[in-house]
Amino acid sequence: MRTKVLQIIAVLSISFNLYAQHETSHTSAEHAVKDQHEEKDIRAEIKEGIQHHLKDAHDFIFLSDSESGKHYGFSLPVILWDNGLKIFMSSKFHHGESVAKVDDAYYALHHGKIYKTDAEGTLEYDEHHHPLNEKPLDFSITKNVFSIFILAAFMLWLFVKIAKSYSKNDGIPKGIAGFLEPIILYIRDEIAIPNIGEKHYKRYMNYLLTVFFFVWFFNLLGLTPLGINVTGNFTITFALALVTFFLTQFTGNKNYWMHIFWMPGVPWPMKIILAPIELLGVFIKPFALMIRLYANIFAGHTVLMSLIGLMFIFNNWIGSGLSFFLSFAISLIELLVALLQAYIFTMLSALYFGFAVEEHDDH
Amino acid sequence: MDKLINDFSFGLFFWQTILFIGLLLLLRKFAWKPILSAISEREEGIKNALEEAKNARKEMQNLKADNERILKEARNQREELLKEARQMRDKMIEEAKGEAQTEADKLIAKAKVSIETEKNAAISDLKSQVADLSVDIAEKLLKEQLASKDNQVQLIEKMLKDVKLN
Repeated sequence: MRTKVLQIIAVLSISFNLYAQHETSHTSAEHAVKDQHEEKDIRAEIKEGIQHHLKDAHDFIFLSDSESGKHYGFSLPVILWDNGLKIFMSSKFHHGESVAKVDDAYYALHHGKIYKTDAEGTLEYDEHHHPLNEKPLDFSITKNVFSIFILAAFMLWLFVKIAKSYSKNDGIPKGIAGFLEPIILYIRDEIAIPNIGEKHYKRYMNYLLTVFFFVWFFNLLGLTPLGINVTGNFTITFALALVTFFLTQFTGNKNYWMHIFWMPGVPWPMKIILAPIELLGVFIKPFALMIRLYANIFAGHTVLMSLIGLMFIFNNWIGSGLSFFLSFAISLIELLVALLQAYIFTMLSALYFGFAVEEHDDH
Repeated sequence: MDKLINDFSFGLFFWQTILFIGLLLLLRKFAWKPILSAISEREEGIKNALEEAKNARKEMQNLKADNERILKEARNQREELLKEARQMRDKMIEEAKGEAQTEADKLIAKAKVSIETEKNAAISDLKSQVADLSVDIAEKLLKEQLASKDNQVQLIEKMLKDVKLN
């Protein structure tokens, strides 16, 4: 049990009972003789496991057994642009243990990133322990990209089904539509209309609905034992915030730009002072959006996994039991956070769109 | 911040943007548009139905008020008609009474006149008869009184006496 690190929140799920037999192979007598050095070992292992989980990966691993060196999962295609397209399966890396040779070029995996290397896989490091080797452009179908594909397909299936059920049932929500309709109505009546206004809200509904369900579903997926961390990834939230940013700027009316560059209703020296501040605000708003979602989900995963890791460090009934209940409570809170963060992202996006289309006489 | 930039993966960004925008466009066409229009259509329908019900109720009220008004009018009209009829009746009775009175008066007057005439006739008749009778009686008396010579001389004497007296 000691050497086993559940990479994910699988502890709470029965779906991984399959692997439970690996955990029972040690007796308590064996535990008694564990020395301090090994104690430190497990801490490092848990830390590494958490860090590994939070990052994107080139293969989809549900569970790893470091004792036997076995990984349970599947590999994903790697797509590199390095003087031509290079496509191969991530199994070539053997979970980062070996160098992949593709068309006379060698690639090594180091902390989730692919570097060009030589046949031996030597990496040169700078003083911050960052490899100096050349990085090819990586368009791989990573774990996150794979998850996005799956969830996008799921969302498409789900909402098209709901749309069809409406036309079939003469506008009456049945089944899952009955569950999701209040949420759609909430986004329309409580988020879009109050923030954007009756006149313009329709233009943004598509984006608000899509981004809400996208973020919410991925937040929830992050709480499943599948080990997916999409919305806790900085790149993802950056891409989402960028869409909000561009939508705001491209749909901004004259009044919006006037408020940024030539604030009406204040004396002219103030206008000059306010312009750079307002302009900075244009970028800070989506930046805050990006950091908020990323940090919340990232922190949630870190805390939850650390608590689960504590169970293996305590390794006794009281301590492990305590951290079990603590992680259970945090899981419940995370369920709320999942919804809350999706709501906040949508709400603030709507608010920014509201600024962009605000008319002069709206004040 | 340095860690964030180091963690940034262009490939992931590329895929996320492509997939998200693709998802957005597909959902817009095949899901959000039909869902939102179905919802708003339904809401519109409910609103219209409520409006119609309200209008129908209002119309009902109007109709009821109309009915009541018509009923009241009819009652008033009846009342008026009855009043008129009563008046007419009274007038007719009054007229008939007047007419009867004049007729009766006329008859009475006529009767009075004829009675007077009859009376006068009877009186004159009676007078002539009394006169006749008187003459007869006087004749008979004269005849009796003057049957003897003495009586005749007495009468003449008496008459002569009377003349003297005069």
